[in-house]
Amino acid sequence: MGKLYDMLREDYRVKEGLKTCINCGTCTAICPAAEFYRYDPRKIVDTVQRGDDEEIEKLLKSDVIWYCGECMSCLTRCPRKNGPGLVIMALRNLSAKLGYFAESEKGRQLYPLTKIMTGNILNYGYCIYPDTFSWEDHVEAGPVWKWHTEHFEDSFARQGGNYKGKGPGALRAIPQEDLDELQNIFDVTGATERIETIEKYSKAKAEEMGMTMDEYYRHTFEHCSDKHFNND
Amino acid sequence: MIYQGKQKIWSDYQKEIPDDHWYYVRSCIRQNFFPASEKMFLEICRDVLGKDVHENEHHTTCGGIAYHCDTIPQETAMTIVARQFALMTEAGYENYAASCITSFGNYTEILETWHEFPELETKIRELLWKSCRKEFKKPKYLAHTSDLIYKFRNEIAEKAKFRLVNKETGEPLRVVEHIGCHYSKMFPSKGVGGAEYPYVLAGMIESWGGNVIDYPERRHCCGYGFRQYHVKANRSYSLSNTYKKFESMEPYKPDMIITNCPGCPYFLDRWQYVIAETEGKTYGQNGFGIPVLTYEEVAGLVLGYDPWDLGLQLHQVGAEPLLDKIGIEYNPEDKYKGLDKKDLMRPELPTNLKCF
Repeated sequence: MGKLYDMLREDYRVKEGLKTCINCGTCTAICPAAEFYRYDPRKIVDTVQRGDDEEIEKLLKSDVIWYCGECMSCLTRCPRKNGPGLVIMALRNLSAKLGYFAESEKGRQLYPLTKIMTGNILNYGYCIYPDTFSWEDHVEAGPVWKWHTEHFEDSFARQGGNYKGKGPGALRAIPQEDLDELQNIFDVTGATERIETIEKYSKAKAEEMGMTMDEYYRHTFEHCSDKHFNND
Repeated sequence: MIYQGKQKIWSDYQKEIPDDHWYYVRSCIRQNFFPASEKMFLEICRDVLGKDVHENEHHTTCGGIAYHCDTIPQETAMTIVARQFALMTEAGYENYAASCITSFGNYTEILETWHEFPELETKIRELLWKSCRKEFKKPKYLAHTSDLIYKFRNEIAEKAKFRLVNKETGEPLRVVEHIGCHYSKMFPSKGVGGAEYPYVLAGMIESWGGNVIDYPERRHCCGYGFRQYHVKANRSYSLSNTYKKFESMEPYKPDMIITNCPGCPYFLDRWQYVIAETEGKTYGQNGFGIPVLTYEEVAGLVLGYDPWDLGLQLHQVGAEPLLDKIGIEYNPEDKYKGLDKKDLMRPELPTNLKCF
């Protein structure tokens, strides 16, 4: 067994989610992503349990580990109580940690995702926040969301929210002392280091692709090539 | 009590839900898209049922969405959750109610992982002390907020002004229920009815007079998929899953959909709009969509609250055909008004999806 395999086995999600896979394919049959993408969780789990580092490295640099929607339907149905979705999370974590994510189109999406999610958490204390959920980037949210964004203060007040207000309530301004604690948590648990790693490898890839960071953000957020789907 | 036979088998699918005294944490998605649902939950628990539900302004996101978008390490998600537990401990509570299915799944996963690997719990306690100087007790009971509404569904039915019944025909409404994957697919014993017979919403529907529709893709994911929605390039995944569900439920002619998870009603609502605008297809009657409601909104409707106080105007699929079927009165002029009937103008109307 190789070094990458050993690193994966240290992840609690692999300890929990990978006992002995019997390759039955039930996970693939139930998987919403496998119906849509060229994706087969059975093969991924089998690759990991074989422990071949060369194959694991290919996985970590590939698009396929990023196709899963983490719905975890596979956990319910596996007859051996494995969690292919958990194994995927461990693979993604290792890919991010080692910078391999930047080698695939879907992996590079970690850059905008990290900007959005960690930015919302550290700036506002929420994973999703209205000020950063623009209608222009979410036109499927419909004209009603567009209207709502144009009247946030009045509309949230009408809905009983406490948008940017003091005290408890929906979308309250979370006190700075609490945001500072979130920052401290990020610093001591590896999230700050993870953000820096994503930035570092994304910058290098943007340079290689001849893009500014703003262009790279838009490209990774919006561009989808046609190689991913079952029906192509 | 000693259970035997089928009663014993069914007891495995039950969940103990304490009567009172809950520490309440909000949902990122519900606060953004259905804030009135959280207001209604608190109002029902506190004012209608007389329960003690405590909210503390210092709680934050649980980090669950960021965790499932693979943007933060597992230890980070665990330490954020440990901080939430510390706030509960400081407030003197031991029952924990989360308003989000992703959170509920996140909390459950963390507690189960700590149970399996106590050394990890020790490490997280150290990280929490190092970062926040806080200590915590684990919750004695963990619930999703729908578990509480489920527990008190019959009390709500006794106080109800309306039932989920067509006022013209007297027939029960045909109701699709959508549980949300992380409620019980990961840890079946933690949800009412488990993964095989999830009953949390079905129980509400039956108590309030409706008929539950069983259809082939009843347990299929709504299509959120975390990164499959939050990255624009991936959204066809999300849309395709919703489409699959609607094609499957269409022959059963649902009058409404009731949802458990805060994200699912957003996707089942908004992707109906997209399907209508791009394909010209609508799933409700006469060009309308199928109204998709949160369980708090449905509870509020049967209790007789004004639909616009419940926030139904923030749905893209109009709820008016459902309100008319039940016989709930509403003022169309007030739909998009602010507080004190302040004029906020109105959203544009979609081209194909019929709305008011």
